Amino acid sequence: MHGLPPEPKGWLSWLTTTDHKKIGIMYFVATFIFFILGGVEALLMRLQLAQPDSTLLNAETYNGLASMHGTTMIFLFIVPVMAAFGNYFVPLMIGARDMAFPRLNALSFWLLAFGGIAFYASLFWEPPQAGWTSYAPLSDDAYMPSGGIDAWIFLIHLTGLSSLVGAINFVATIHNMRAPGMSWGRMPLFVWSILVYSYLLIAALPAIAAAVTMLLTDRHFGTAFFDPNGGGDPMLWQHLFWFFGHPEVYIMILPAFGIISEILPVFSRKPIFGYKAIAASTVAIAFLGLLVWAHHMFTTPTSTVVLIFFMLSSFAIAVPTGIKIFNWIATLWKGSIVFKTPLYFAAALPALFVIGGISGVILAVFPVDWQLHDSYFVVAHLHYVLFGGSVFGIFAGIYYWFPKMTGRMMSEGLGKLSFWVMFIGFNMTFLVQHSAGLSGMPRRVYDYSGDLGVNEYNLISTIGSFLLGIGVLLTVVNALRSYRNGKVAGNDPWKGNTLEWYVQSPPPVNNFDVVPRVRSVEPMKDIRREVARSGEVAGSVAQPVASGT
Amino acid sequence: MGALLALLIAPAATADMFTPESGGSPNADKIDSLYKIIFYVGVVIFIAVEGALIWALVKYRARRDGPQEGEQIHGNTPLEVGWTIGAAVIVVILAIVTFLYLGDIKNPPASGPDDLAGGVQVASIDQPTPPKGSSDNLTIDVNGQQYLWRYDYPGGAFSYYEMVVPTDTTVVVNLTASDVIHSWWIPKLGGKMDAVPGFVNKTWFKISEPGTYIGQCAELCGSGHADMRARVRAVTPTEYLAFLDRQKADLEASQDALAAQRKDR
Repeated sequence: MHGLPPEPKGWLSWLTTTDHKKIGIMYFVATFIFFILGGVEALLMRLQLAQPDSTLLNAETYNGLASMHGTTMIFLFIVPVMAAFGNYFVPLMIGARDMAFPRLNALSFWLLAFGGIAFYASLFWEPPQAGWTSYAPLSDDAYMPSGGIDAWIFLIHLTGLSSLVGAINFVATIHNMRAPGMSWGRMPLFVWSILVYSYLLIAALPAIAAAVTMLLTDRHFGTAFFDPNGGGDPMLWQHLFWFFGHPEVYIMILPAFGIISEILPVFSRKPIFGYKAIAASTVAIAFLGLLVWAHHMFTTPTSTVVLIFFMLSSFAIAVPTGIKIFNWIATLWKGSIVFKTPLYFAAALPALFVIGGISGVILAVFPVDWQLHDSYFVVAHLHYVLFGGSVFGIFAGIYYWFPKMTGRMMSEGLGKLSFWVMFIGFNMTFLVQHSAGLSGMPRRVYDYSGDLGVNEYNLISTIGSFLLGIGVLLTVVNALRSYRNGKVAGNDPWKGNTLEWYVQSPPPVNNFDVVPRVRSVEPMKDIRREVARSGEVAGSVAQPVASGT
Repeated sequence: MGALLALLIAPAATADMFTPESGGSPNADKIDSLYKIIFYVGVVIFIAVEGALIWALVKYRARRDGPQEGEQIHGNTPLEVGWTIGAAVIVVILAIVTFLYLGDIKNPPASGPDDLAGGVQVASIDQPTPPKGSSDNLTIDVNGQQYLWRYDYPGGAFSYYEMVVPTDTTVVVNLTASDVIHSWWIPKLGGKMDAVPGFVNKTWFKISEPGTYIGQCAELCGSGHADMRARVRAVTPTEYLAFLDRQKADLEASQDALAAQRKDR
C-alpha cells in the first residue's frame, strides 16, 4: 500500500469508488429503495382492488402503476440486487481482491442508477401504461404517444447495458481470479449461480435491446417493425421480448437458488447434498431456459406443433428444478439444524417455490393455459416464483451476510417476526389469486365485476399484501437498527463454509492479505479443522462463534 | 380472517375454488378434466415435498444435548439418479395425458341434431337439408377494437358486445383485431385466444342449452381494458334466425334513413 494517493473520505469516497464492496453496498441501497417504491405501487393497486367498483384510482393511473411495479421489481430490484450480492461476495468467495475490471464495475452501478432515475422521471409527465411487457402495437405511438414508453425504453437500454457490463465483469472475474486450488468442482454454488446468471444475461439481453430500439424507431422515425399496417408484425415483438423475458426469469431465480445452496448446509451443519447435481442443474436450467420463451404465447396465432415443442421444453425444465428441491431437502435431512433467521428464509424458498413450480407445470400444458393465460392465476404463479422464490432467497442472503458487510449481527427476534409476518402475508396475498384467476378474473384490470365471484379473494389478497408490506418494513428497520447497534459479529458468526468468513467483518479494502489455498468445496471447514488440530487458540481465523440470538 | 372463513363455509364459493370455469361448452369441460388430472398430480407432489421439508426441519433440529454436526453425507448417486428419472417419468406421463385430451379441446366437433341446420322448422318442404358433418358449423367473425367486441354473422348481420348464437351448433370463432391486441375469453365456453392485428386466430364453442355466458378481454389493450366485457347468449336456432332478420332489418332501416337524409340535404 505504498505510494497510493490518499483515499477520499465521506460521500465523495462513495461517488468515486471502484471497490467491489462499496459498489455492492451502493447496489443494495439503490435496489432496496426501488424495492420499496415498487412495493408502494403494488399496495396502491391492491387498495384499488380491495372491492369491486372502487373509485380510488382511475384506469390510466392503475395501468401506470402496474407498468411501474413490474418494471421496477424486475429491472431495478431483483436483477440488480443479484448483482449486489455478486459484487460483494463473488470476489470474497473465490479469494480475489476485487473484480476483474473495477472501473467497469462502477460504470455498471451508475448505469443502473441513471436508468432508474430516467424511468422514474416519467412520473412527472406520464408514466408508461403498457405493462412491463410493453406489447406492440399498444406501445406504439399511435396508441401511447406519451413519453412514458420512451422512458421505459431508456430504462431497458441503460439497465441492460449495466447488466451486460456487469455480467462480462463477473465472467472475467470468475474464470480468471479464483484462489489457488479452487477448481470448478470446488467453486461455491453461489458463485456457480452468478456465473450462469452472467452468461444468461449475455445471451438474452441483446434480443431486448434490439426489440426496444426497433420500438423506438417505430415510435419516432416512421419504421413499422411491429405495425401490421406498414407490413410489420406484432408477433415479432413478443418473440424478441420473450426470448429475453423467459431467460430473465432464470436470471432472477438462479442466484437465489445459489444463496440458499450456501445457507442450508451451513445451518444444517452438513455438506450440501449432491454438489455436482446442483451445479449441473443450474447449467441445465439456464440452457433449457433459452428454449421455452413461446410458452408465454400459447394463445397467439401459432401452429400447434410449435405449441407442443414449447410445452415439452417447459416440462423438461421441471426436472432439473425438481432435482434442486430434492437436494436441498436431502441437505437438511440428518443434519443438526440451527434455527437462525437466514435458515427460516432459506427453508421458505423451496416451500413456496414448489407451489410456483407446480402451477408452472399446469401453465405449461397449453390447452390448460388457454383458460389460465393472462388471468390472476398467472399473477399468483409468477409471484410464487419471484417473491416466494427470489425475494425470500434475497432476504435469506441479507440476514446471512449482513454481519459480514457491516460487522454487526441483525436482531434475531425482529428477523423471525419479520419472517412470519412476511410468510403469512405473502400466502394470504397470492394463494387466493389462483382462485380469482380460475373464476375468470383477468390480470391488469383496474376494476372487476361484483358478480364475478372474486370479491372475497380480492379482499383477502389486499389485507395480506399490507401484512407482507409490514413484514418487509420490519426487516428494513432491523437492518437500519442493527447497522449501528447490532451485536459485534466477528469474522465467522455462523461457522460458514466459504472464504468470505475467513476475513474480518467488514472486510479490509484489499480483502485478503494472504489468500488461503483451497482444498475442498468447504475451505473454511478445512481451516477450522486445521486450527483445531494444531491446538492453537483462535487467531483471526477461528474465532469463538458469536451467539446471535 | 372472517372473509376467509366465510369463503371456506360458503359451498357455492368453494365449488369452483380450485378448478377452471366450465359447463358451457365441451372444450371448457375437457380443459377442466385435463386441469384436474395435472392438478391432482401436483397436489401429491406438493404434499410429498412439503411433508419431507417440514419433517426434516422438525426431526433434525439441533438439540442442546445432541450432536453439533450433522451426518457428513455428500450425496447418494443411486438416490439422485432415481429422483431424476422419477421426475422425468412424471412429466412424460403428463405429456401423454395432454396429447390424449388435445384433440377434443382443439378441434371443433360436428354440430348436434338440433342445430341451426337441423333444428329449424323450414317453411317449404322441398327446401334441401344441408349436409351433416363439420361443414355445418356456424362461423362468426369476432373483431376486437378499443374497447368493444364486434360480431359479424354470416349473411351481413352484425352486433356489438352481445353475441347471439344458436344452441346445439358448433360456433367457430374467427378472431381479428383492428387496433391493438385483444384476447377473447368467455371462461365457461373454453379457453381464451388472442386477437392480433394482421392475423386471424381461431377458437370454437358449442352450447347445448339456451343461456347467457359472460367474459371479458384478457390482454391489456389500454385504459378501457377492464371495461371491455363480452356476453354470449345462446338461443334456439329459430330465435337465432329471427335475431339475424331483426338485425338486418334494423341495418337496412338505418341505411335507408341515411339515404333519405342525404336526399333532403
